[in-house]
Amino acid sequence: MTGAEPIWNPMMLSYPPNDRTGLRQMLKRLLLSALAAATIAATPALAIEPDPANWPAVVAKARGQTVYWNAWGGEQRINDYIAWVGTQVAARYGITLEHVKLASTSDAVSKVVAEKAAGRSAGGTVDLIWINGPNFASMKQNGLLFGPWAESLPNFRFVDAAGNPEIRRDFTVPTEGLEAPWDRAQIVFEYDGTYVKAPPRSAEALLAWAKANPGRFAFPDPSNFLGATFLKQVLSELAADKARLLEPANDVDFPAATRPLWAYLDALTPALWRGGRAYPANSAELRRLLADREIAITLSFNPAEASAAIANRELPDSVRTYVFDGGTIGNASFVAIPFNAAHKEGAMVVADFLLSPEAQLRKQDPAGFGGFTVLAAERLPPDMRQAFAGQKRGIATLSTEELGAHLPEPHPSWMTRIEAEWKKRYGAR
Amino acid sequence: MFRFAPAATILLVLGPVAAGLAGTVLPAFGYLPALGGTALSLDPWRVLAGTPGLDRSVAVALIVGLSTTALSLAVVLAISAASYGTVAFAFARRTLSPLLAVPHVAVALGLAFVMAPSGLAFRIFATFTGWPDRPPDLLIVNDPWGLSLCAGLSLKEIPFLFLMLLAALPQTDADRSLAVARSLGYGRVAAWLKVVVPRLYPQMRLPVLAVLAYSVSAVDVALVLGPTTPPLLAVRIVQWMSDPDLALRFVAAAGAVLQAVLVVVALAAWRLGELALSYLARDWLIGGTRRAGDAAIRGFAAVTGAAMLVVLPLAAYSLVAWSFADFWTYPQAAPAAWTLRNWTGEGARVGHLLANSLLVALLASALSLVLAVGWLENDVRRGREYAGSAALWIVYVPLVAPQIAYLPGIQILLVRAALDETLAAVVLVHVVYVLPYVFLSLSDPWRTFDARYRLAAAGLGASPDRFLFRIRLPMLLRALLTAFALGVAVSIGQYVATALVAGAHWPTITTEAIALSAGGNRRIVAIYALLQSAIPFVGFFLALAIPAIVFRNRRALRGAG
Repeated sequence: MTGAEPIWNPMMLSYPPNDRTGLRQMLKRLLLSALAAATIAATPALAIEPDPANWPAVVAKARGQTVYWNAWGGEQRINDYIAWVGTQVAARYGITLEHVKLASTSDAVSKVVAEKAAGRSAGGTVDLIWINGPNFASMKQNGLLFGPWAESLPNFRFVDAAGNPEIRRDFTVPTEGLEAPWDRAQIVFEYDGTYVKAPPRSAEALLAWAKANPGRFAFPDPSNFLGATFLKQVLSELAADKARLLEPANDVDFPAATRPLWAYLDALTPALWRGGRAYPANSAELRRLLADREIAITLSFNPAEASAAIANRELPDSVRTYVFDGGTIGNASFVAIPFNAAHKEGAMVVADFLLSPEAQLRKQDPAGFGGFTVLAAERLPPDMRQAFAGQKRGIATLSTEELGAHLPEPHPSWMTRIEAEWKKRYGAR
Repeated sequence: MFRFAPAATILLVLGPVAAGLAGTVLPAFGYLPALGGTALSLDPWRVLAGTPGLDRSVAVALIVGLSTTALSLAVVLAISAASYGTVAFAFARRTLSPLLAVPHVAVALGLAFVMAPSGLAFRIFATFTGWPDRPPDLLIVNDPWGLSLCAGLSLKEIPFLFLMLLAALPQTDADRSLAVARSLGYGRVAAWLKVVVPRLYPQMRLPVLAVLAYSVSAVDVALVLGPTTPPLLAVRIVQWMSDPDLALRFVAAAGAVLQAVLVVVALAAWRLGELALSYLARDWLIGGTRRAGDAAIRGFAAVTGAAMLVVLPLAAYSLVAWSFADFWTYPQAAPAAWTLRNWTGEGARVGHLLANSLLVALLASALSLVLAVGWLENDVRRGREYAGSAALWIVYVPLVAPQIAYLPGIQILLVRAALDETLAAVVLVHVVYVLPYVFLSLSDPWRTFDARYRLAAAGLGASPDRFLFRIRLPMLLRALLTAFALGVAVSIGQYVATALVAGAHWPTITTEAIALSAGGNRRIVAIYALLQSAIPFVGFFLALAIPAIVFRNRRALRGAG
């Protein structure tokens, strides 16, 4: 098993959250295996039909279609936003939008894979998927996506595709127009101001704080994307040669390159929640631990989550967020259309609406979804630019300036090895 | 027509399972062309064997499975022995059955909230003593030996076994046997253990084995309460399957095969225990001792009963309280403020979801009940009334084989048949899981039905059909309704199968609950757990109420208690 080039990368496992999803992930993978010969045998030329360049024809054909949008359904605020999108596309384009609520994006991938394995190359039941990272990589790799179409969307002009590296590389995987961006996320640390006056703004400071406050910091089991991302965050900060992380890992220098991480974790683990003898499963559990005052500092992949949770009475209003001075890891998420979707025109029109300044502005509303826009301010019409600038953020949400720059992603092979090594060192005690 | 029931049943249950199972065994031995595995090899097993902490994952799973089963059975038998025929028994009957309606995960979450250092127990203590002001950092939930997992599983399995006991009891002639034994001077407990249990247990064996198989491979409950460093084997399989390193999929497949073997080992170990116990107990059974550990067993029953009487209401309170909670944190034992907002927010959404769930559950349970009755009646007519046909074991395969191994195969099968996204597909997949439980619940009462009724009816000139519809089915009304209600509960609780098959067109309360639980908001999780419990709750209530009304002037048919 060792030496095999990993195709997916746990760092890619990201927002939308796939917590509590192992089971379905697994089903998806079993299904992928069932594809086996079928995928290899037939690599169809990508005939782009319908053609997104002929946009009026797409809009005309979309009228009357029912679009099944498979999207993570764990948050009613987000579900409400999707419902609002439904009312808008119904009024403007005559499209009926059905939100298929998923516990995990991989559920939708499983469905498409099953359809492909069963030979259903048209009339598929999934029209649009909220996706990024590993699910996108697997669908792209297995020829399960329709496109390219995303960069032909009329509203794509508001996106700075050349200047923003997130738009064309989804966790290092080139998007190639197979998915349209619609939301952004970044690692933030959440802390309860009742117990933490000056939050630790670096990995070293966090270690010192944890030692002084044993049991009050937790990160999820690294089998979960958020837990894996925490390890990645620490490594990116402590590695002697940061540029080395951008190249594939190998047996020769893996031990040396990751030594600072293990030294750090050796020191941190005894000071973790439960002394590292148990780990929270996912970000939902972290939020509950923070609310129950079991822990005082944790992390999240959604900078607006804390504000929304405070408004929703899930977290005490003493909770605030911050990022490390050296920066934190961030990413974008997308919508994609399966190769066999029954309503591709409707799906493209919905994706285009999602990219409209109006829809993006509403999405960023802290009282609603709270998801950051993927549009570039300088490309917006002046009135919309003002509207975005004037929008208030939630009580615990950082400004764009405070969030700062993202850290670069290490090459995927690092994470695979780090997770295996973590399990060896701390996962079986 | 009864001839076809077994074949149809096997096809419906085993077809999908077999279709998917091959997808696990082959990769376990390195064959998976999609990932370059074109030759058989033992590499996956080597990697599996080299996994850090695997021995622990396997051992704890085995310990948890066996101890959960032994504990649940012991509690059920002890409480029955100590209280049969008393008010306490009637109380247990009324209060335990409804618990069956609550999904496993909801019970696990409720228990976790009661036991955790920031949970209800500590909050109540802290409310009165003012200490500790912050939750202590104690490893109670997720303990490395699976004690909290065992407790959580037992809370769900005790009501299940108790219901199975109630369903089997009328066939054991318990009342008259006990009366005779008591008149010979045997104590209440001794009489129960010596004359009722030896006839009762064989009828409960299948449910007990189902509990064992479930407890060894439970994933959902283990994710909430089970150990994490390392997790149990079943949880590790799930993690391997979702690991970004695709090579681990071979290991996951090998793990799934190991999980199946583990279940078989557990079943074999249990069987050995049965044999040993029955051998050791033989002399004691016929030795004539009139009192047999009465005090100890009564004590055990009292302690466990009391524990459940404390924990269950607290867990139920936590679910209900969360559903109405505004902000609620440690050390408050009750929410700082109450609100209807949580419910009004969800109320508008759930109507059609409940309707879909109910429709699926009713259809799946009805189909399962018809197939089960057809099969059992066929056995009777072919003279296999007591033994049952050996093929009956096939029906229980879905209970033993790890779900994860064959569900993807089922999905592909349905798409091929263009049945996906249809009501029929959802119902058929539910039948795979509902049917075994319906059988489980029905077959023993059916087979132990006094054969003399049939002879008497035949002697009076009644046809087999007339006997079935006029005598047997009405007399087995309680067992039929219990089986049906159990089927409904199983259907409502089906997480993975529903999510996989129901898709976009048949969203149910369960698919919605799965999606929303991913967000982790306790209020929402509580609301959906309560809604999910509502349908089976009504089912079990009717299963108890209808026989009581129908048999209001048929004392012997009302059953014991």
